[in-house]
Amino acid sequence: METAAPPGVEATEAAIAMIRLLREKHGEVMFHQSGGCCDGSSPMCYPKGEFRLGQRDVLLGHVDGAAFYMGGDQYELWKHTRLTLDVVRGRGAGFSLEAPEGVRFLIRSDLCATP
Amino acid sequence: MRYDRPNTPGSKLQYRTRYDNFIGGEFVKPVKGQYFENVTPVTGRAFTEVARSTADDIELALNAAHAAKGRWGKTAPAERSKILNKIADVMEQNIELLALSESWDNGKPIRETLAADLPLAIDHFRYFAGCLRAEEGSLAELDPNTVAYHFKEPLGVVGQIIPWNFPLLMAAWKLAPALAAGNCVVLKPAEQTPATILLWAELIGHLLPPGVLNIVNGFGIEAGKPLAQSPRIAKVAFTGETTTGRLIMQYASENIIPVTLELGGKSPNIFFADVLAEDDDFRQKALEGFAMFALNQGEVCTCPSRALVEKSIYNEFLDLAVARTQATFPGDPLDTDTRVGAQASNDQLEKILSYIDIGKKEGAKVRLGGARAEMSGDLAGGYYVQPTIFEGHNKMRIFQEEIFGPVVSVTSFNDYDDAIALANDSLYGLGAGVWSRSVHKAYNAGRALQAGRVWTNCYHLYPAHAAFGGYKQSGIGRETHKMMLAHYQQTKNLLVSYDPKPMGFF
Repeated sequence: METAAPPGVEATEAAIAMIRLLREKHGEVMFHQSGGCCDGSSPMCYPKGEFRLGQRDVLLGHVDGAAFYMGGDQYELWKHTRLTLDVVRGRGAGFSLEAPEGVRFLIRSDLCATP
Repeated sequence: MRYDRPNTPGSKLQYRTRYDNFIGGEFVKPVKGQYFENVTPVTGRAFTEVARSTADDIELALNAAHAAKGRWGKTAPAERSKILNKIADVMEQNIELLALSESWDNGKPIRETLAADLPLAIDHFRYFAGCLRAEEGSLAELDPNTVAYHFKEPLGVVGQIIPWNFPLLMAAWKLAPALAAGNCVVLKPAEQTPATILLWAELIGHLLPPGVLNIVNGFGIEAGKPLAQSPRIAKVAFTGETTTGRLIMQYASENIIPVTLELGGKSPNIFFADVLAEDDDFRQKALEGFAMFALNQGEVCTCPSRALVEKSIYNEFLDLAVARTQATFPGDPLDTDTRVGAQASNDQLEKILSYIDIGKKEGAKVRLGGARAEMSGDLAGGYYVQPTIFEGHNKMRIFQEEIFGPVVSVTSFNDYDDAIALANDSLYGLGAGVWSRSVHKAYNAGRALQAGRVWTNCYHLYPAHAAFGGYKQSGIGRETHKMMLAHYQQTKNLLVSYDPKPMGFF
């Protein structure tokens, strides 16, 4: 699973505060970046171990100690960008842990190389 | 014409202050007594409260569904068909009310809900009412004395998780075939858009035997997950995104049940040079097909969000396309002239803006829009984005990821092979568009594209009886066609010998 040199994921203070709140309520957490429609292209937060990783998932890094993964195919298309986990007011669908708190995790991106 | 805001004295739509779950034919309070506020993206303000359910409520719904499944599964097809037709009739009698609610809950223009969401949802029930009457099993005469009979049986109780982009229509896509096939359903609407389907349940709930239809509201993690994970469902259907899709398959694998998934796309819309060969209706039709990236604010799994234009017409086409799209600035969703409304939620707005940001950072050129749409009056608190046209190349993230907003990424191609290669260079394969005056080119392109639906000289049509579903990471299964019935059926084979003599070898 940890096949590539992780480019790293950073997190805003607000995102870290939310991770800590979720950790108090649900125990250790993990992230998996989604693709596709509706709430796709957004990070999903689950209790650690809830999401079964596949051999092609890539560990991008850790945010406040929580592992952050992405599907291998998607990683190939994202790897030229540096990601920052943020949190905004909202209510994503999917099974992400933060939705009942009235917030939604979000990825902000910067360039690390020209594609 | 502008419709009055719901819950104001002039409006025909007065929501209740709160809505419970619909279980066993009646509205039932959530076990834990919790509710969440439901916000309209039109203004950003709450307009009702909806049950915030948990695993306990899912169990109540499953109890009701299991109690009803024996009788419903054995109800004569003619009777089930009649009920589906009655549901369609009641929806038609209340089309304005339901369309208004759908616009208020989701933010989409009422022009669209009146012309598309509601008529399509109504027709969907009628379509499956018809398919159901024509369903039959098969028999095969294997030899003069041995016959294999194949009977189609309902699965029993199924779980369905509905998205927020076409809340009532997507529910109809899943409910109509499931009910037609004789299943009982536990359905979880999206937490962003639960209101219309509850109004709908108030209108049509009495038409179905208690327990056949159960609607449990709440958050994905609290209500959707226990439904998807339950060993008491025989199948789960989901429309959404890839990570949750994988999680649902993972849960289904624990119970060894089938899934159908619709997980989105990054649909290419290909314009060959001959579309501009004449200044005629077809040219205008193609330009309209381009501008449809902003239909439903881009919140469509098949949004034509990658426009591929042949190099020889690229500049001229794009100039025309930009001019054509400029006419679609967002407006009040309840005004029948408005073509682009509000994004469904604040987090959706923020995500779209984050993609516009990375598009700019990657060097894509903004030809139109590129920012939030600032609105006035009570719309100022809503979630509006300017229809945005980017120019760039297919390796940019805005060409590869579903933004789910009114954002199109445009690039050019050199020739036919280049067009197909670019179009297929995607993780997804849900929809695609091909525009050409040459039937030969259009046909070959359509067959070469790795997508479940290739609109050819049209786009964004969703009639019943044309199969809809994805290649690659876009999902599993085909909706909006009678073949969906098979996804809700078990096959029983009776292998019968009519030979009175012993086989004589054992």
